[in-house]
Order: sequence, then C-alpha cells, then structure tokens
Amino acid sequence: MVEKLMKYADAVKQYEPVFGLETHVELSTNTKLFCPAHIEFGGDPNTQLTPVSLGLPGSLPVLNEAAVDYAIKLGLALHCEIAEWSQFARKNYFYPDMPRDYQISQYDKPTNGNGYLDVELEDGTVFRVDIERAHIEDDAGKNTHIGGADGRIEGADHSLVDYNRAGVPLIEIVTKPITNAGDRAPEIAGAYMRAIRDIVRALNISHARMEQGNMRADVNVSLRPKGSTELGTRSETKNVNSFRAIEKTMQYEIRRQAAILSAGGEILQETRHWDESTQSTAGGRVKSDADDYRYFPDPDLVMLHITQDHIERLKAQMPEMPRERKNRLQQEWQFNDLEMRDIINADALDLIEDTVKAGATAAGAKKWWLGELSRAANNQEITLEELRVTPTDVAQVEKLISDGALNDKLAKQTMNFVLEGEGTPEEIVEKHGFKVVSDDSALLQAVDEAFAQNPDVVEKLKSGNMKPMGVIIGAVMKATRGQADAKAVTKIVMDKLK
Amino acid sequence: MPTFTREEIQHLGDLARIALTDEEITRLQSELNVIAESINKVQEVASDDVQPTANPVPLEAYLRPDVAQTPLTQEEATAAAPKTSNGMFVAPRILGEE
Repeated sequence: MVEKLMKYADAVKQYEPVFGLETHVELSTNTKLFCPAHIEFGGDPNTQLTPVSLGLPGSLPVLNEAAVDYAIKLGLALHCEIAEWSQFARKNYFYPDMPRDYQISQYDKPTNGNGYLDVELEDGTVFRVDIERAHIEDDAGKNTHIGGADGRIEGADHSLVDYNRAGVPLIEIVTKPITNAGDRAPEIAGAYMRAIRDIVRALNISHARMEQGNMRADVNVSLRPKGSTELGTRSETKNVNSFRAIEKTMQYEIRRQAAILSAGGEILQETRHWDESTQSTAGGRVKSDADDYRYFPDPDLVMLHITQDHIERLKAQMPEMPRERKNRLQQEWQFNDLEMRDIINADALDLIEDTVKAGATAAGAKKWWLGELSRAANNQEITLEELRVTPTDVAQVEKLISDGALNDKLAKQTMNFVLEGEGTPEEIVEKHGFKVVSDDSALLQAVDEAFAQNPDVVEKLKSGNMKPMGVIIGAVMKATRGQADAKAVTKIVMDKLK
Repeated sequence: MPTFTREEIQHLGDLARIALTDEEITRLQSELNVIAESINKVQEVASDDVQPTANPVPLEAYLRPDVAQTPLTQEEATAAAPKTSNGMFVAPRILGEE
C-alpha cells in the first residue's frame, strides 16, 4: 500500500512533532537477569537455559547483582533519582517468545526515574532530553516464522522458538514526550540514541551493537498543529535497530501523519514497523491498553532495596562520561569543533587517543585515521577498528617520519604494507629497505638528470616561476624510487638555480 | 459505586484465554464486586498519614552473584516440548486465518 506523504518541510511548517523513545539496552552480564544461565551471542538454540528461563513449574527467579549495579550506573549517568525501593511486576501476554507467558518488568516502582540527558547535535547545539524512567526487565526469546513470505509472521503456518535470549537483562530507557524539537526532531532522536550508545559503552554495561540487537528503540511520534498544547494521537514504531532507521522512521511518520491530518483524517493509535527495503513504516496491530497486560507485582520476588551506601560505592566507580571526555580531549588536542565532529563521526576518538598515548602528536594521529586509514576502511567496507593497523603502528610510522627515516610517500607505502598484514612499520621498513635518500651526491645526480630532461621547466624556474617545481621533484622521486627527502631535493634545486 | 459489568468480565476472561460460560460470568460478577467493595473500604481508610504498602512481604531481594552455572542440555531443555525441530520448540501458527 502506498501511503500519501506530505513534503517534510511543509509538514514541520504546519505541525509540531512530539516524540518519545523507548530504548532497550541489552546488558552484557555473564548470566541472565533471574537465573545463572550464561549469555552468549550466536550459541546453538536452547543451550543457554535453566528451568527458570523456561518458566518450568517450581522454578523461582533470583535477581542478578551485576544487572542491578549496571542499571544503577546507567541511572546515575542519566541523572536519575535512584529509588530506595523498587519492585518487579508481571506483564502478562500470550505469545510464544516467553515461556512463562509474562515478562518480568518494573511498572509503578522502577529503579531509575526522572533524569535527563544533554544531547549534542551536529552543529554543536545542546538539546536536553528528559528521561521518565530507566527500568530493569528481561528479554524475550526469538521466533523464526516458517511458511510465510520473507519470514514474516503473517501467513506463517508455524514458528520455531529459541529461548536463549529469554531472560537476558535489559534496561528500557523511556523519555518524556519531547517537544520543541521542531524540524530537528529526527536529528535529535538520532543524536540521543548515539549518546545513549556512547554512555553504555563508556560504562561497559552493554556491547551496544545495534546490528546484533543489543540496542533497539520503539519510536513514538505524534503531531499537533503549531501552537496547540494538546497531544495528538501517536503511532509507535517497534524495534527500530539502526541510527539511520530511527531518523528515517521519524521523518516518515511526520510526513505520513501530516498528510492524514491535513486531509482531515485521524491517526490510528497502532504499532508499526520500519521496513528497510521499502524505506517506510507499515501498520501492525492496534495498540492494546496498558491495562490489557494486567500488570501486578510478581509474587515470586520481593522488593529491591538499594541503600545510599550501595549508590555511593557505584558512584565511585563511574568513568568519565563521553561528552566530558570529548571536551577534555578537544582541549588537550587543540582541535576546533568541526575537527572534533569529524573525529567522532568517523568513530576515531578512541583510536586517536590511543595513538597519542603511543607517542604520536594529535595532528599526526588524526591525519592518518581520518585520511589514508578511513579511505582504506571505506574500500574494505569495514570499521577503522577492524583494520589491521593498531594505534601503536600509526605512532611508529609518525615517529619514523619525524626522525627523518621516512618521507610522506614512503610512510604511505609502509602503512599500506601494515594494512596488508606484513608486520609492524619497523619490520616493513627493514624488510623493504625503505630509506630516505638525503645523501647529496646521489640526489645531485638525480637533480642533474631531471634538469637535463626538462629544460623548459628549468627555464621557468630560472625566471622565477616556481609553479613547475613539482615536475623536478617528481622526477627525482621517480629516480630514487620514492626514497628522496623532498626537503633536501628542494634545497639542491634552489642552490643550482642561483 | 464501581461494579464489574458482564462485558468487563468477559474481556478479562479473553485476556487470560479463559472461556467463560454465562453462569460463570454471573458468579464471577458477584464475587468480583464483593472484592471491589472491600478495596473501596480500604481506600476510604487510607489517608495521607498512612504509608502505602507496595509489598506485604517484609523482606528485601537477595542479590545473586553474576556467576554462570551449567545450563540444561538442549535435549533436557526441549524434553517436555510437544514438538521440536532442529533443537527449537515448534509453536503453532500465531496469527489466525483472518
């Protein structure tokens, strides 16, 4: 079904988007939230289970201490109030992804409430997102639908269920309705998700790989006429699992809803899903009321008591938060905002920091990671971290350059051999006999030959036109197989011209 | 005066996947309304100076160290399944024919 869409610019001119994000972060604990089954991505189906994960009669849940600590740390990072007493509730539903027929979650007494996160946008604007809650719950198993088209549940005649993921601890971070974002709403949603990803990585509480489902978001969007204070009916797009898809979902929903509203129609309160192949959201089931889940306190679990001592102990373990770290490194490295943004967008902050720690200058480290190495990663369609170059290698090449042992051209060749896995820069220089030729007699001879081959260029140089200097240097480089020290060559040429 | 209507009881039955006969609905209606009245009485007594009780059990959660234990084997885990395929549970069609 092709839906009518309004142009984005027109939609945000007429309507104010109000949105909310429910972000699920899978924690990287060793074991599940309520039982000691180990957690491992990609294991054989149904091999990471205990009687508790299967909801077998007589089995009882026992809370994982690490999951609670991770949740509190995230709460602290999001400036939340940490509840002294919180409680787990059963969320009842019938769907074969949870063998108990209920998810254990937190309802009216979540562990973390009332926080905020300051999100920095591309142009440096800081937007505050208010956090309603960040509660602990367990994940469901995985269904594979058989017999329908494209593995969709519609038309399938049965489903295969792997419960390995059932019971893995999650934190669901729920924002308050976000208003005043205007036409930047999609950008803010994306930046918020990236900020959450950076925080959970810094806290080391999740692998935070969206492509593996460690992080996913439900995107709620509604529109209201500009100037109105009432909230419109919202759609909820479930399980969006990439930063780009979150931004696109927001844009699509704003355009779709604007088209419906401007034609006098009504928005259906429903769950939708983002379809990457059609770049659109599609309707799903009509959303059931919260009451339909019949939440009630889980009688198998007593209340979670978090003491001030406990919180203080975790506070002392908190690492530097990503925004503060970025600001500190910017100060130390003396880069401007634009340079810093390029580094962050390239996911090169850690790599450059490690390269500087290994002895390189910040400028040198940045030049490699954002230049030659970014191109290599692009060509191979992998991330910078997956390249066969370490920060130590980069620092070593930089040192060889500053020691005068390599010129730019040889350095690039050396780096290419490192990328191909030939060894460390020093090994490669040794093996290939890379050496800058600054021996005057060898260079003098090469310059003489270059002069003899390019009399017209020499004429120009003599008349003071220095533009074709590159021709001579290029010829010398060629003659010395790229090993000439360009500075030495220039000096010899200038002396000869006198 | 909050009362459970027949429709609400039918809806609760549907949510819990319990088929109710007309007689059962009648019986549940009178029982649930007695419970609702009792809750109302408690709410009348509850005032600002009475602390709400979130959980009647005077215990706090024991926290288990995050150490893995030997899991069930795949055979053990799926032993009680009516049907399995390649180590996975086979669940019947989830969506109806509509």
